[in-house]
Amino acid sequence: MAFDNALGAIAEDNDETRWAFGTGFHDPLAGIDTSVPDGIDRHALSAYCLMLGDDALIMSHRLQEWCTHAPELEEEVALANIALDLLGQARLLLSRAGTAEDAGRAEDDLAYFRNAPEFRNIVLAELPNGDFAHSTVRLLMFATWRLALLDRLTTSRDPVLAAIAAKSVKEVAYHRDHAALWTIRLGDGTDLSHARTQRALDALWPHTGELFTAHKIERDLAAMGVAVDPSDVREEFDTVLDEVLTKATLRRPAPAPPANSAGRDGKHSTPLSDLLAELQSVARAHPGATW
Amino acid sequence: MVNARTIAETVTDPELPMLTLAELGVLRDVSEASGRVEVTITPTYTGCPALDAMRDDLRTRLTEAGYADVQVRTVLDPPWTTDWISEPGRRKLSAAGISPPGSAPRRTSGPIPLTLGPTRRIDCPRCGSSDTVELSRFGATACKSLRRCDACHEPFEHFKEI
Repeated sequence: MAFDNALGAIAEDNDETRWAFGTGFHDPLAGIDTSVPDGIDRHALSAYCLMLGDDALIMSHRLQEWCTHAPELEEEVALANIALDLLGQARLLLSRAGTAEDAGRAEDDLAYFRNAPEFRNIVLAELPNGDFAHSTVRLLMFATWRLALLDRLTTSRDPVLAAIAAKSVKEVAYHRDHAALWTIRLGDGTDLSHARTQRALDALWPHTGELFTAHKIERDLAAMGVAVDPSDVREEFDTVLDEVLTKATLRRPAPAPPANSAGRDGKHSTPLSDLLAELQSVARAHPGATW
Repeated sequence: MVNARTIAETVTDPELPMLTLAELGVLRDVSEASGRVEVTITPTYTGCPALDAMRDDLRTRLTEAGYADVQVRTVLDPPWTTDWISEPGRRKLSAAGISPPGSAPRRTSGPIPLTLGPTRRIDCPRCGSSDTVELSRFGATACKSLRRCDACHEPFEHFKEI
């Protein structure tokens, strides 16, 4: 079904899915066995998938905000691609949260019709973009942490979560490398780019405390082999960050103290509400609309 | 009536129309039982926006061929890898100016290592020179990186190994 131009594609018959926007997408888990294995608390599994899904959804939205603002065209395309990968992961994870909960909520209900206190993403993901150095360092921290979590989740006792993780690992490995290359280019660049990147690192580092603080649900599910205790990935995170920061001639700030869970408990900063207003306004103005 | 598998194997990828879904390794299975066809596909990337179009194209083509009951299901496990792109598929990519993927990275034990530099030689699909550089690890679609040939000075896309 090849086409030479957009007009030709629109004119094609039986082709509505190519032009599906808004809500009403096909369930990304269609045809996959989504029963919850015996012995796993379905509500805990749902809550955990919501955490990982919200991390991806909110980080994706922040990256999308770079569209038409990136410093160069190639980078704009790269950030949009990374955002698309994370959106795909969010769709699968929110769908898994919905099927595990078994209360009739699908990905759109979870993405568009929850308010900020119901979101479970880490605060690092929702922070405003700042300058390009700030966004780059944040992506490096986020992707390094997420890759280490996902890699361990490939052996989760929930086969759906394990399959989503195995798929996502391949994507996030590229995200991490991309952010690492930019961090090195900026840190080991001009005096100005170095100063801005160091400033970003100093500003963001306190948020690493939250990355390695296990929420009760994470701890309980990790003990059953379903989830990963985030405190287990700190060493890998530190090793990768050390390698990149050394090459980037950046100084690693003092270790951040462990945080009391914030985002995982629904405690968010005001910028998340602003982000959600943009993300959700159309779906809320026209519930159930497809076009 | 033409065999359902034969029909499904002619459906092309919406974003790489020179390749069939079978050559891309996305078409995992086609089964026929008592008039019902079940087609199994797997996404290349989790966010691949072409998946809905693939599903639609498969259903349309099979319906046109006379199959009334067509189900298209998705599988995530095992995850798609560029190693599943067939030899004819690789030749077609080259002919279309897209450098085909090398072997997907093999997983060893321990943490996934950072990859900061080039790991293999990538030849220009236009002039064949190996004097090429990466411009961006992400091209027009998630599955391709953007490169430039320093011999013929043309940019080209490379299918990333995953």
